This record gives sequence, C-alpha cells and structure tokens, in this order.
Amino acid sequence: MVAVEKPTKQPQNKHISAPWTDPKAEPYIRIENVTKKFGEFVAVNNVSLNVYRGELFSLLGGSGCGKTTLLRMLAGFESPTAGKIFIDGVDMAGIPPYDRPTNMMFQSYALFPHMTVEQNVSFGLKQDKYPEPEIRQRVAHMLEMVQLTPFSKRKPHQLSGGQRQRVALARSLVKQPKLLLLDEPLGALDKKLREATQFELMNIQDRLGITFIVVTHDQEEAMTLSTRIGVMNAGQIVQTGTPQEIYEYPQNKFVADFIGSVNLFEGHIVEDEQDHVLIRSDEAGGDIYIDHGISSAPGARVWVAIRPEKIQLTKQAVNERHNCLSGIVKGIAYMGNLSIYLVQLDSGKQIKVTMQNQVRASEFMIDWDDRVTVTWHANSPVALLS
Amino acid sequence: MAATDIARPSRLPASGWIGILLHRLGISGRSLVIAIPFLWLLLYFFLPFLIVLKVSLAFITIAQPPYTHFDSAGNFVLNIGDSYGRLVSDALYIKAYLNSLMVAAISTVLCLLIGYPFAYGIARSGPSMRNILLMLVILPFWTSFLIRVYAWIGLLKNNGLINDFLLWTGIIDSPIGMMNTNFAVYLGIVYSYLPFMILPLYANLEKMDVSLLEAATDLGCKPLKAFFLITVPLSVPGIVAGSMLVFIPAVGEYVIPELLGGPSSLMIGRVLWGEFFSNRDWPTASAVAIAVLLALVVPLMLYQKYQDKELEKEA
Repeated sequence: MVAVEKPTKQPQNKHISAPWTDPKAEPYIRIENVTKKFGEFVAVNNVSLNVYRGELFSLLGGSGCGKTTLLRMLAGFESPTAGKIFIDGVDMAGIPPYDRPTNMMFQSYALFPHMTVEQNVSFGLKQDKYPEPEIRQRVAHMLEMVQLTPFSKRKPHQLSGGQRQRVALARSLVKQPKLLLLDEPLGALDKKLREATQFELMNIQDRLGITFIVVTHDQEEAMTLSTRIGVMNAGQIVQTGTPQEIYEYPQNKFVADFIGSVNLFEGHIVEDEQDHVLIRSDEAGGDIYIDHGISSAPGARVWVAIRPEKIQLTKQAVNERHNCLSGIVKGIAYMGNLSIYLVQLDSGKQIKVTMQNQVRASEFMIDWDDRVTVTWHANSPVALLS
Repeated sequence: MAATDIARPSRLPASGWIGILLHRLGISGRSLVIAIPFLWLLLYFFLPFLIVLKVSLAFITIAQPPYTHFDSAGNFVLNIGDSYGRLVSDALYIKAYLNSLMVAAISTVLCLLIGYPFAYGIARSGPSMRNILLMLVILPFWTSFLIRVYAWIGLLKNNGLINDFLLWTGIIDSPIGMMNTNFAVYLGIVYSYLPFMILPLYANLEKMDVSLLEAATDLGCKPLKAFFLITVPLSVPGIVAGSMLVFIPAVGEYVIPELLGGPSSLMIGRVLWGEFFSNRDWPTASAVAIAVLLALVVPLMLYQKYQDKELEKEA
C-alpha cells in the first residue's frame, strides 16, 4: 500500500516492516486476474492477490462470495476460467491437485471413515512412497503435536468433533506443504475449543513456517488468526489489509459494515484539505470534522463511518461546532463489561454507541429516554467514497 | 442387535377403547404392527416349509398324493434314508449343486463387473440425467420376467435376430450356435439380475462424500488409485448387498437354464423340477428343496451378521 506514487491523503496505520509493505519482496503466491465462471454465474471476478511466505492470510466474506471457489482453485479442484495462479513462481495451470505443493483441510474434514487416525495421517506420506520407518516417525510426531497419540488406532466415527478436526489438521500438515489451505477450519467447533485451536494454529504456523490461506466467514476468527485479511464480496476482493487496517480504516461501506458494527452517515464534502475534511450531513443533523483528507472534489457525496465504541455520550450539554449531536436514548443493552446504547438523534437517525461500564450504577448513569449529547474525536470517523 | 437396544422409544400410553382393550390384554401397538408380517410369514412361509420338510421324510408311493408317511408295515416312520440318502449317494445331485453354485458365483462376479461402473456412472451424473438412467435400469421390470427370457430365444437362436444380422453383414457364413449353451445361461442370468446389483450399489455410491476423493488427490493420490483405496472399500456394503441379491436367486434359478440352457446346463432348479414332475418323486424333490434352502441360509445369515455389524458401526 506504500507503493502508491502520488502523495496520498488516505489514512494509514504506521506499520513495522512487513513483506507486503516492501515493494521488492517476491510474493509466494501470486493470483493474477483470476476469474471463475460456473455457466453464467461469476463466482470469482477478476481477483488479483499476492500472499507472502509465512503469512497467515484470511479470505473473509459471506456465503457465496467466492472465497471457497478461490481456495479450490489454489488446491487444483477447479481451474480458473481466466487468469493465472503462481505458487513459488510456478504457474499452476494444468497441474492436477496430486502434483501441487499444497494441502487442504476440508470444511467437512473429509476424513477417510474406513481408516484409523494413524492411517488417515499417513495416507499422504504413503502416496509419496516414503520409507516405512520415516512415515511411522513423522506420523507419530504429528499425532503428538495435535495431542492425539492415545487415539491413533481409533476410527473417525469414534472421535469427538474437536478430535476429528485435529486429525484433519495433522493429515494436511504431515506432508509439510508449501501452502496449507484451510476451509472454515474452526466452523464446527464450540467457542472454547475454537479459541484454543486458534492459538494452536498460530503456534503451528509460527513453528513450521508454512504459508496458510484460511477461508472463513467469521470475522473474529479472521481478526485473531491473520497477518492479513482479504475481504470478499460478490466474487471480488474489496479490501486487503492487516486486521487493524481493515477494522480502523475500511475503504468502503461494505467492509465498514461487514467487519464489526458501524454507524454510517451520508453527507457531502464542504472542505477537503491536506489535514482535514469537513462533511455536512443531513442524516446526522450536523457537521462532521475529520482530521485527515480524502482526495475528493468538494460537494462529492461521501459516507462517514464511526465505530460505536469511538463515540461518547454525556448528559451535559456540549457546545462544539462539529462532531457534536444530540439525541434521546431509546434503548440500553447491558452486557456487564460494557453497555450498548441505542440513541435516536434529532435528525431521526438511530445510532449505536458502546461504552465501558467504568463505574457501578450511579446517578450519573445514562437511562432510557434521557437527552444526551453525542460526541467523538476528530480522528475517529472514516470518510468513505463508495 | 445391540443397535436396537440403544434407541428404543418409550411406549406410548394406550388411548381409545381399542387401545385400552389391547392394553388390558397385554398387547402393545408395537407387537400388533409386527404381528401382521409375522403371521403372514408364519402362514405362507414357515408352515409350507414344515410341510415340505415332512414330505421329504416320507415314502414314495403310487397314489394321490404320491407319498405316504407310513412304511410297508403301516408304521409311522421318518424316512431319512430314501430321499436324503439319494442326495448324498447319487453324484448327479452333488454335481447339480456344485454347478448351480458355480454358475451363480460366476454370474454374480459378472454382474458386479458390469454393474459397478454402471452404478458409479449413475451416482456421478447430474440430477436430471440420474433419474433417466435409473428409470432405464428399472424399466425392464415392467415386462414379465418370463417374456424377457423368451425374448432372448428370439435373439439367440440359429435363425434369430443376431445370427440373421451377422449373416446379412457377411461376418459369418453359418449361424453361431448360441442357444442351449452355458453362454446363453450366463447371459440370461446376468441380464435378468443386473438391476439387483446396480440398485444397491447405486444407493451406496450415491451417498458417498465426494470430498473424500478430493482429499485423497490433494494428499498426492492419483484418481484411479483413489478409486481403489477410497471408493471401493467404502462401497463394500453395497457390493455385499448386490451380490447377495444376485447370488441367492441365481442358485435356485430354474426358468433361465430350462429355456436357454442345453442338456449340459445341469442346475439344481431343473433337477428339482424333474424329480417333482417327471419322476413324481415328491420326497426326493422336497429333500432337494430343503438342501437348497440350507445352502442359501448360510450366506443369508452371514449377510445378516455383516449388516448388524454395519449398523452397530453407524450407531
């Protein structure tokens, strides 16, 4: 993102040196203008993407956005209608799945039901005709890593969901592929097991240095796991970035709305300078001042996105020219550590605000039907052009 | 039968006057439902079986019916020696039995070799095509079995359609003798029983998870090898079911060897027919029937045991 030539007014996170910020870094996986059509339906629409060695890249999107199709093209189960895929510099066109340096962990795990855990894990090594002692040693090592050694003689139907998932992981890791593809790896697990496995995955990735591409519809999973996320919608990647970039600086309404929750105000630009932008919004019923520019013509239609946790509520009147609205509390959801307030602004628009419950219930507490002032800091909102 | 112990729903309370009456009598709705097929089998299967068993132990006589339960001295005797003795002493019966088992076994293997690709093709075809193909498999059942076997005579005989066609094209100078040969018997059995192989195989292959094959190729296994390592082992229940459905009726087959086979096609069904209608030796005919039944009950029981094991696995 640094490699853009013109001086940008776009907001940016300062980041430490990472391969994707280094224009000289050679991408490990290169997806170039890949399109996949099923009949008339375009599942993946002209996607280009670079993934670097050792990354844990997540493809995030709702169902039917094309993320699984993209993954299956990397594995070789589907071939692109147009475009090219390179893995470690090799064009993958025409290379069948069994000759690719990739392994995949399936959403359904796809464990062989007639084989024991041990046989499932050793299957891939046997196909490559490794010597028997080496197979035994590598399988034993792998089973130890996923803590399944006592279950090695069991069949998949004798295992719990979490254990099956670990068998699937072991089976896909044992060949030490250049690229590991994971299709909704944690989808079928309960919350606790999910969290444990998430950290386990990151741990494995750290230790083995394998490049991971994960497909998920779960933003929390993508946020915690990934080095970078590619958000997909309708067959296209709408934004690529680190979890922080995606959350703090969404580039369009779809990403802002899809990741976390957000309040959106439609408005038009009144001033657009290098160091600030002023937006007049009838929907919000006031002016919004943002402390960065957005490179757009004055008068252009924009949307302002503000995260609920970046808004403050107070019962006192505040006298500010902008970033200050008033409204009435229409609902409160008490969550323990924080509360979600539903505020009806004077313009009629309802917004969501979350605030930490720093003190116990008191007379300063905001209650239903209280008149409140809504404020936020000038660097909190993001202006979106699309 | 452990599977049935696991999930037995609690009995529903009796309601209505019939229910209350049955409840008073100690009969539950469950046993009432089972009673109907149970009685049916008792009346039309087990009772006739007992009659045949009794006839097989009778003496042959010239009378109507041609057997008697009493020996020449007028005593009631179970006569094992005459009928069953003949089965073991006369090489004809043993030869007929072995021949029947061999013909049935070879036909089963042929049905499997032809039926497996067929079932696989149907299971992997698109939904609309699949229905058409299944329809084609079932379609022959709309015509009587006997008529379909007769139709083969019209095709196979010396001046039948096949020979006429080959003569007309000039491939052959004189008709090939296909009728009344073992070839015709195998052809008839494989043709007639193929759907019984295809349907259970299809049912099995259709529910197989295709992602297993993808996983196998993903792990470096070529598709053909994946077929033998994954698809075939997982379709064993279908192979067993289809083979039983072909093998068991093929052993006792009478119509096909009678109509298409020659004098050398000695099968136990024909022997039984001969004993019963030509020799009018009802005790020996009954003994042959009992022996066939015993020979078939063993594979049936094996099959039953296998199925129970499968059920247990799923539970």
